[in-house]
Amino acid sequence: MSTAMSWFVIIGTLGTLVAAMALLFSNRKISGNETTGHEHDGIQEYDNPLPMWWVYMFIISTVFAVGYLIYYPGLGNVKGIGDWTELKQWQDEVDRHEARFAPIYAELAAMTPEQMAADRRASQVGRRLFINNCSTCHGVTAKGGFGFPNLTDGEWIYGRDFEAIQSTILNGRIAVMPPWGAALGDDGVNEVTEYVRQLAGLEHDTAAAELGVAKYNMFCVACHGAEGVGNEALGYPNLNNDIWLYGGEREQIAFTLRHGRNGNMPAHRDMLGEEKAKILAGYVMTLGE
Amino acid sequence: MNHEVLEKNVGLLIVCILVAVSFGGLVQILPLLFEHASTEPVPNLKPLTALQLEGRDIYMREGCAVCHTQMVRPLQSETARYGHYSVAGEDIYEHPFLWGSKRTGPDLARVGGRYSDDWHAAHLLNPRTVVPVSNMPGYPWLFDDLLDGEITADKMRALRTLGVPYTDADIEGAQTAVAGVPEAKALIAYLQSLGQDMKGYGATP
Repeated sequence: MSTAMSWFVIIGTLGTLVAAMALLFSNRKISGNETTGHEHDGIQEYDNPLPMWWVYMFIISTVFAVGYLIYYPGLGNVKGIGDWTELKQWQDEVDRHEARFAPIYAELAAMTPEQMAADRRASQVGRRLFINNCSTCHGVTAKGGFGFPNLTDGEWIYGRDFEAIQSTILNGRIAVMPPWGAALGDDGVNEVTEYVRQLAGLEHDTAAAELGVAKYNMFCVACHGAEGVGNEALGYPNLNNDIWLYGGEREQIAFTLRHGRNGNMPAHRDMLGEEKAKILAGYVMTLGE
Repeated sequence: MNHEVLEKNVGLLIVCILVAVSFGGLVQILPLLFEHASTEPVPNLKPLTALQLEGRDIYMREGCAVCHTQMVRPLQSETARYGHYSVAGEDIYEHPFLWGSKRTGPDLARVGGRYSDDWHAAHLLNPRTVVPVSNMPGYPWLFDDLLDGEITADKMRALRTLGVPYTDADIEGAQTAVAGVPEAKALIAYLQSLGQDMKGYGATP
């Protein structure tokens, strides 16, 4: 705040206090007459002093205001003897919180994944972190939902690997399956759908699936691998199981083939930091067992 | 001043009352109009794109601000949950601001990037598919209603007169950018923009 603006605030604030007190005391005198001389429709007004309780309340409030302005910053650039600021109060709160919880996080984060899995406190802290940060998408039971991976089924798109899970949490993941509707055509979509169901071990039309193999090997094999083994290092889903991120019904598979899918796990580095992500990764890893 | 003069001249009484009550406002509000912190945008602040701007209008139309604030207070519990506390420089291009005052749902000032677009779509369609205990209503019509973008450019011109730095190119491209887009997509684009300008601002709390 500029010096001029600071003085404007100081003079405005103190001036108002002084003016209010001056007005109060200058009007405590009474005329000595019994009435003020006002008369309306035969009703007259007594000239009584202000009630004392009210006057004392006013004075106490003013004294409190002066004390407040001395302790807290209220007068322009004057800091007040308490040296209080809103941000300092927030920083104190954050520091107290850090002092209390940082050692716990540091201790747990120093554990190996095996130690974390065996440690009751690590799993309790991990569960709390999971509920607060992950359950919005993956669900409180970690069973996921349509488009949100189930973490309890033992199937890991990016592998059952501590570092991979930690990296997913910290950096997020962006998964893209391109749309193949135009390339496959309607028949092609149906045939590949049947073949994908065959790979998953589901009931399927054998004849159509056989036709789908060639098309699968042309369009799908690059990512999902021969016979749908997938690729954990790059996050291409394994198709040899009945686990579906976007549903295993015929219409759902066909929709996925036609229009593609876009998966996006947001990065949590800024929100969680390395230590909490590590504890979380340890906890999430135990969910799939 | 003599009481009698004041009490018998209503005009003078009105003037004196106005002077008396305006002092509190003057010392509190006037300095803020000259403060850098409240008049200058934060370093990365960008005006909303045409699509985000339409999304913001849908946010206002559907009354999102009734249940969701956009104001992270400087309290440890809030900065731990949402991110950096809100600063005045974030709202320089907000006309009007959408701070809100009641949190039935969570604060949204930092929601951008927290969830995927798909999550937002599922959540707007029926919140209970992703958050079983949510009491937020669903907004299915946002997926059927399409924007026509006829007055998007006018909105941006109006905002430009209020100091939002839209370029002529921004305004010219506005209608093409939003025409035919489902309202839900615009709303999601707006939600994903919230708090993005604050990424890397100051020390991370």
